[in-house]
Amino acid sequence: MNPTYESIRRSIESGETSCETITAEMLGAIDDRPGLNAFLAVFRENAIARAREVDRKFRDGTAGRLAGMVVAVKDVLCLRGERVTCGSKILESFESLYDATAVSRLLNEDVIVIGKTNMDEFAMGSSSEHSAFGPVLNPVDSTRVPGGSSSGSGAAVAAGMAHTALGTDTGGSIRQPAAFCGVVGMKPTYGRVSRYGLVALSSSFDQIGPFAHSTADAARVLQVIAGKDDADSTTSQDPVPDYLASLTKDVRGLRIGIPEEFLKEGICDDVLAAFHRAVDRLKEAGAKISNVRLPHARYHIATYYILMTAEASSNLARFDGARYGYRSPRAKDLQEMYLLSRSEGFGQEVKRRIMLGTYVLSAGYYDAYYLKGQRVRRLIQSDFLEAFRAVDALLMPTTPTTAFRFGEKASDPLQMYLSDVFTVSANLAGTPAISVPAGNDSEGLPIGIQVMGKHFDEATVLKVGDFLEEEVT
Amino acid sequence: MSVTLRDVDHVAKLANLSFSDEEKQTLVGELNAILDYMEQLNELDTSNVDPLSHVIELSNVFRDDELKPGLSREEALRNAPQRSEKFFKVPKVLGDR
Repeated sequence: MNPTYESIRRSIESGETSCETITAEMLGAIDDRPGLNAFLAVFRENAIARAREVDRKFRDGTAGRLAGMVVAVKDVLCLRGERVTCGSKILESFESLYDATAVSRLLNEDVIVIGKTNMDEFAMGSSSEHSAFGPVLNPVDSTRVPGGSSSGSGAAVAAGMAHTALGTDTGGSIRQPAAFCGVVGMKPTYGRVSRYGLVALSSSFDQIGPFAHSTADAARVLQVIAGKDDADSTTSQDPVPDYLASLTKDVRGLRIGIPEEFLKEGICDDVLAAFHRAVDRLKEAGAKISNVRLPHARYHIATYYILMTAEASSNLARFDGARYGYRSPRAKDLQEMYLLSRSEGFGQEVKRRIMLGTYVLSAGYYDAYYLKGQRVRRLIQSDFLEAFRAVDALLMPTTPTTAFRFGEKASDPLQMYLSDVFTVSANLAGTPAISVPAGNDSEGLPIGIQVMGKHFDEATVLKVGDFLEEEVT
Repeated sequence: MSVTLRDVDHVAKLANLSFSDEEKQTLVGELNAILDYMEQLNELDTSNVDPLSHVIELSNVFRDDELKPGLSREEALRNAPQRSEKFFKVPKVLGDR
């Protein structure tokens, strides 16, 4: 059983251990399993120096709210003076010039950043197989993928290499690896956490969120990173409520909806059984369970991949070899510099999605695909708004299967896309959602259950997640 | 709508990407499979539905127009593949062709 931050903090304060000891242990855990490939950079000296500084703050009584928490950061978020590669060759030597807001808010509360985690290139992927720096192995079973695209963040927390981690979720990239690795992962409401300092994949979908061993620790991290930021005008001005206060384990009278359409989607038996166990526990504890309809559920994946690739192709146009990033040494003129730098710098999946996105935005196809996708997105969001008139939260599996094997879906992009069937909906609708561990399948692989809530109602999502993680596992 | 080799060439040009003949053939197949799947949106009549471009209703966010520190020129040039004094340097703009 992994200790929560509360108990870690208590043992630091009592002198039983120190930030330095904890950080050294985690560096040791990283060294013990280099083959996991969870990290692209490990800040050995800096982490230890920082831990000593935080130990001093504990002695002085000035330690911040998350003092001593060891955090791993997905390598798509900026940390000043360190590289941010996005898992891509094109940014292999790019150095961040400032801190992402989410990272600086954590640093202000005295966390120790231990390293930057491996990921599918530019957050495009569900398996880590698209990282330019090699795949991440699932710590539970190294023949399986850890999920993606925040692969290293999920694996690092699961393998005890960090207490918590930051990831980003565009179509499930926090929740799916959390489910596959057996940890908690949360995507907040779009606009709850500032995206400043996050290298953009798809600007209308991307959100930053935490990985943790417990819902309580995910809530602690979210508490600090959430809230208005002048550097990101899409952040909500709404105040951030006290998330820990909502973790009461009391779900009596809570209205939980089960989306009927999702349960028809070829879910493997063990995942379905875990889901029904979760439903039963909630029912026994006094929650009101009802079925809800999401009439446009079968259009989620198609809509998501049209809009996501369109936005990505536009966002990635900035990588042209002129001002930063990889420049092909073979380029003899400006046009060749653009063409060769991009073609040599981007990996296969990124190029495939840029091609798709460029196609759906191109003259003659814009209305048929991109605009159509935006219209269907409104229908999809309306389904959720309608459902949330009758219920407080939705419950569903995080993924239709447990972690698949390396190579299983790598050769068929559409099959890979379809594995995101239960996670893209929260990004399409902009709603918050959490994945919590719900036991293992017959092969010992972790299963994740997902709770989705109303816009900016992270409190209810966390409450149900906290209840389930205690009851189901 | 079916994607042809010519379409792939056209889109690659728009996206500033180059592919080998073999890669292009693979892309034709993959793009067709994915776009076929996306075609199912045409089952829906959306003529009276407004496009959704932003999931949270936000109005314009204003701030005072104050001067704040930004990146220095040196910092902005730090990641340049090639520079000349205070400028980004690129290969010649006019090619040999």
